[in-house]
Amino acid sequence: MIETFGIKLICSKNSCLSPVVCLVVSVSCRLCLVVSCRLCLSPVCLLSSVCLLLSVCLLSSVCLLSSVSVPSTGEVVFCSASTVLKYTQDDLSQRGVFGVLLCTNFRVSFVSDEAPTEEMGQLFKNKLYGENDIPLSCVDNIYGGSEDKRKLITGGLVKNKYPSKMIIHCKDLRVFQFSLSFSKEEDAKKIFQGIVHHCLEPKSLRCLFAFSYCENTSYPEAQRKKQTVMFDSVEDWTQDMKRTKGNCRVVSENSNFELSPKLPQYFIVPKNVSDEDLTKYQGKGLPMWCWSHHSGCALFKTASIPLVQEDNVPQTYMEKMLTAVAHNHLYSVKTEDLSDTLPTVQDILLSYNRFKQFFLIDNTTEFWMSDMKWFSSLDNCGWLDIIRQCLQKAVEVVESLEKENTNVLIMEEGGSDLCCVVSSLVQLMLDPYYRTLLGFQSLVQKEWVAGGHAFLDRSNHLHLKDKVESQSPVFLLFLECVWQLQQQHGPAFQFSETYLTVLSDSIHVPVFTTFLFNNDGHRDSLLRAESPHTQRSPLNCPTVWDWSVQFDCKAQDLFTNPLYTEKPKQDTSVRKSYRPRHLRQLSLPSSAFKTPPKKGFFKDEADNLKKILGVKRLSRWMLSPSSDSPQTSSSVREFYEAWQTKPLDYHGLLLPCLDGPSIRVWMQRYLRWIHDVQILGGGPVAMLSKVSEILGEVQELQRQLDRHGCTLTSNHKGARPRAKTAAAVIAARSSVRLSSSFPFVTSRNWSFKPAIPTSLLQSLMVTGMAGNLADREDDGGPESLV
Amino acid sequence: TKFSQASSFHSRPKHLLSSPPKKIWGPTFGYKCLESLKMEPLADCSLLPGEERIIDKDIIYICPFSGALKGKVFITNYRLYFKSADADPAVTLDVPLGAIGRVEKMGGASSRGENSYGLDITCKDMRNLRFALKQEGHSRRDIFDILFKYAFPLSHGLLLFAYLSQEKFEENGWSVYKPMEEFRRQGLPNDKWRVTFINANYELCDTYPTILVVPFKATEEDLRKVCTFRSRGRIPVLSWIHRENQAVICRCSQPLVGMSGKRNKDDERYLDLIREANGTAKLTIYDARPSVNAVANKATGGGYEGDDAYQNAELVFLDIHNIHVMRESLKKLKDIVYPNVEESHWLSSLESTHWLEHIKLVISGAIQVADKISGGNSVVVHCSDGWDRTAQLTSLAMLMLDSHYRTLRGFQVLLEKEWIGFGHKFANRIGHGDKNHADQDRSPIFVQFIDCVWQMTKQFPTAFEFNERLLVTILDHLFSCRFGTFLYNCERARDTNELRSKTVSLWSLVNSDLSFYQNPFYTPESNRVLYPVASMRHLELWVTYYIRWNPRIRQQQQSPVEQRYIELLALRDEYLKKLEELQLSDSSPNSSHLSNSSTPNAASPTQHITHLHTPF
Repeated sequence: MIETFGIKLICSKNSCLSPVVCLVVSVSCRLCLVVSCRLCLSPVCLLSSVCLLLSVCLLSSVCLLSSVSVPSTGEVVFCSASTVLKYTQDDLSQRGVFGVLLCTNFRVSFVSDEAPTEEMGQLFKNKLYGENDIPLSCVDNIYGGSEDKRKLITGGLVKNKYPSKMIIHCKDLRVFQFSLSFSKEEDAKKIFQGIVHHCLEPKSLRCLFAFSYCENTSYPEAQRKKQTVMFDSVEDWTQDMKRTKGNCRVVSENSNFELSPKLPQYFIVPKNVSDEDLTKYQGKGLPMWCWSHHSGCALFKTASIPLVQEDNVPQTYMEKMLTAVAHNHLYSVKTEDLSDTLPTVQDILLSYNRFKQFFLIDNTTEFWMSDMKWFSSLDNCGWLDIIRQCLQKAVEVVESLEKENTNVLIMEEGGSDLCCVVSSLVQLMLDPYYRTLLGFQSLVQKEWVAGGHAFLDRSNHLHLKDKVESQSPVFLLFLECVWQLQQQHGPAFQFSETYLTVLSDSIHVPVFTTFLFNNDGHRDSLLRAESPHTQRSPLNCPTVWDWSVQFDCKAQDLFTNPLYTEKPKQDTSVRKSYRPRHLRQLSLPSSAFKTPPKKGFFKDEADNLKKILGVKRLSRWMLSPSSDSPQTSSSVREFYEAWQTKPLDYHGLLLPCLDGPSIRVWMQRYLRWIHDVQILGGGPVAMLSKVSEILGEVQELQRQLDRHGCTLTSNHKGARPRAKTAAAVIAARSSVRLSSSFPFVTSRNWSFKPAIPTSLLQSLMVTGMAGNLADREDDGGPESLV
Repeated sequence: TKFSQASSFHSRPKHLLSSPPKKIWGPTFGYKCLESLKMEPLADCSLLPGEERIIDKDIIYICPFSGALKGKVFITNYRLYFKSADADPAVTLDVPLGAIGRVEKMGGASSRGENSYGLDITCKDMRNLRFALKQEGHSRRDIFDILFKYAFPLSHGLLLFAYLSQEKFEENGWSVYKPMEEFRRQGLPNDKWRVTFINANYELCDTYPTILVVPFKATEEDLRKVCTFRSRGRIPVLSWIHRENQAVICRCSQPLVGMSGKRNKDDERYLDLIREANGTAKLTIYDARPSVNAVANKATGGGYEGDDAYQNAELVFLDIHNIHVMRESLKKLKDIVYPNVEESHWLSSLESTHWLEHIKLVISGAIQVADKISGGNSVVVHCSDGWDRTAQLTSLAMLMLDSHYRTLRGFQVLLEKEWIGFGHKFANRIGHGDKNHADQDRSPIFVQFIDCVWQMTKQFPTAFEFNERLLVTILDHLFSCRFGTFLYNCERARDTNELRSKTVSLWSLVNSDLSFYQNPFYTPESNRVLYPVASMRHLELWVTYYIRWNPRIRQQQQSPVEQRYIELLALRDEYLKKLEELQLSDSSPNSSHLSNSSTPNAASPTQHITHLHTPF
């Protein structure tokens, strides 16, 4: 039930007791309140007094809302307070802006009393929420502050109490500080308790904004369908397998979730997996195909079956599955239990929670205080090391596939966390298709969405007490790893850093079906149940890939990387003659295993080989030895070095350098809101915008030449850009100075005052280590002085 | 390799074996020499004009990355060159002898174990080299002696290679910096500031340049009096003036206050003249040292400007540590990056070297200076002697304030002026040709400064006309002794040793091949003050310098961004040309749709581009 001002709004008709939250605000100046029940679709008869109260409460705020940001349909204002002071984050002077603070079913919103400034920020405006809006599920922590103390609010407050200052830390790392001491006591109390209630208290999935949003927005589905491969049909899977020349079996028996609601609707298993194998252990232990290497070997992932000592059945089943995987190519299989070698989801959460604190800056003094210990703090929180471990594991798997041509089965308890991280990374490294924008989105669909990553549990948007344990930023970890790869091999990726940052933000915008569910079955049942149009078609919600929901075309231009060039198309007739089968270019010579032995030998020796390999690997799996032994890491190092000596092909195999200095902090994502570290007029964007600019010119020239009917020489086709770029956007503002926080922070706060680090001396630890040196004179002693 | 960049010696005879060996060394070495003649000549090592071969020898290079490599080492009067015989691709080393800091014998004739007998060479450029030789017959004696002699020529009564070099360049680097011209560029002299030749014979201050700019109102007599109160006579003189607000950066050494807290009326009045010149209420004195050190300096006769004595001045300490701390810091850094990059807890290890912390302090000190100047207040910067930290601060602040110094030639002027001219003790800090590797005067102050510049170019990739290659080249030749640029401690010593007539300037090399050092992204913006962010969040270890010997660090000839940009530029030019051709041939009326719009501009490509911009 949704509680607003202590009044329960309940649909009275037909004892359908669903909360009434649907309020349609027409965009025209006139406001019309249409209150209807979501489930029974009947206008709700509210007591007139309630109606009056509701409209009075809402009217003022809705007016404000529509004047500042485009009101999202289906949005309802729960409570508001005026004369709230929003502190400007970047100084201690307690200066700020007055305005109205609102809490709706979508966001916490601050509407400044000052006239909105129409500036360049508009170009990269998010259509769903503005710079002073916080989607409810983007709220990370709320602190109550009084004077100089700060207290974490955990919900369940004593009535009639509220702090004078409210600090909101967001999951996209913004920090908001509001003073409530200038508002009417009653308002202040209500807004504080309202925000705490809606942001921190447990709620049902149906209360997430997506459902009211989708009911009121008609979304053109056709547009997206033709772009990103959604992996929600047999065709999508078949096609991807064909593309990689895989030779496995597409399973469509679960299309109505008859096998198991936990299994994907469609999936692919090795040929030798029988029908009855599919249903055992609720899909645990079932090797799910991820990707096939051109040599024929493939990557599979599975949820491991907990082995019970006395019971021999799962073991036999597991052996059978392993044999099936081995059968896929040359009777070889390597297993990798990620639970043994990679951090757990709890480790990931703990580390990230420590890491993010470095960027949630309440005041600059604190920031500069922490600056001197920055590197060791970063080291101690372990986040970069977790990133490194994931990348290293992926490189190990790549080595098995690329160098040894062995099938690989990765497993972990649920089979949908680190398995997703590693399998997606492996595919990014090996397959240039996934480094294109659409390819990447398809990869996320395949491995994460269809792959059944429990997005809902991992993000715990619902603040369920029993899900606190399962919360973990696993998908963000994956994006972090992708960022590292992209940082090291920029020109290999069609999408930009900004794209990744925006994608990481979108996880917390509760509008996209992509991130709201735990698996296919979950998604299907809920969307069906919520559908307003009888039971036939499920509710049509946008996915995160419908970028136009958030950004207009020009802003979306910033998602493409101006450094990316498509693979130069070589003369196919020439290529075909010597490389008939493998279109992907290899950076390493294939090992002896690659060419299959003669057919006869193959058949005769098959069983023997299978036995040897199968048993060997299996025992390894049973013992689950730590693969983090020095041997492995030195082998990975050799593999990397061998790859490194070859000329770099951005359309071939990519490996990350894992040395200390190479794993870095994702500056754009983490530092973008911190004013003191914005490099005004600098940062990598200064260079990239010049590339974009010239790219725009080249494109325009091409268009002109095309109009002349001039065919361009083929040797330039590679460099010839096809994708739309950010050129237009940046060129339009070339007069404006960009900062390292581009495009997230507008230049409105442009100040010529440099940030001067405070508290330098106290923290410099030189005295301890070299006290005698520090005290010495630069040149000679007293004798040299006059 | 780094040392074959100059186009000037590409035309030279390809290798060294052409000269008869006997001419180079005595009969004692005859046997070895004959043996070496049997070896394949090293085709890819070309000698500099004036460079002479001294010895070559079969040797094993203990490469920290690829293990022991058999090969041959060549030693000339300029470099040590090694090429492996069997590794594929061949491993080569090309080390100017100037970069060698220390040569030691490793193991003895009776040492056990493979490759335990040989030489251990410590370099000034962040690497160490190990060579192993056959244990029998004192096989390392000759090479050790020769290396020791030629790596440290000054300790052996020999000339530095810069004096032997016969290199010729199209450009004369010595003419890059003309003090009067530079002052004139700044709008000096004017009615507040005058040029004085009082130091023409280095009589006022032997470590200062001959031409100085001082307050107009200060007489020569005043200068002489102030001179007695400043350490080593380094009086406050103008380094830079802000064109609009006339605020100045002055530099000097510490006042000789001493334990008794001496005062000097002339010095006080002189500083007030500096303040007065642009009519601001307070003069800010930046003392680069930590306040504790400044206080401690009183014991040795130095000190700082006290509040009572200098009433119109505020004193700010910038907490930058001394040369010894910096030396140890870089030593620690080398320990964690060479030969292998520290694996566990890399970031904590990096922090424990404090190197980036020091960089941060230097940069933030310079930001404060630049900020004061922008606000219209004149500043005086000093440390103890005013030739280390002071040079770092003034030159960095000038780089932030004045876009001229961010050009290729402007940067050369900045170095010539603030570092070379004002007597940064290069000879002592680097120890050119000197065997005393443990000399306490050595310190990487200039390396640290170049690192700060690199951090700035990193943060503002379009603001500098020069690229990273220039910075690395400067550091390479800081040690190499191939050019005269960084030799000696001060102008007076350079004059005595006729440096400018007898050696070649590094800028001759650079300016003969400017495009090699140009940053394609450079976008000139005059009057723009650059404030880098002096936060550890943005400071990075300069991997491509400090870890460049590690093959795992991918050394790209060009960054991918740069490469792509240059590709696109070429493509644009090609299309433009094509379009022009088409338009010329299309002058017939039937294709007028395009010609109509662009014909007026077609002749000039630049205008044409502007025109093309409009569709956006």
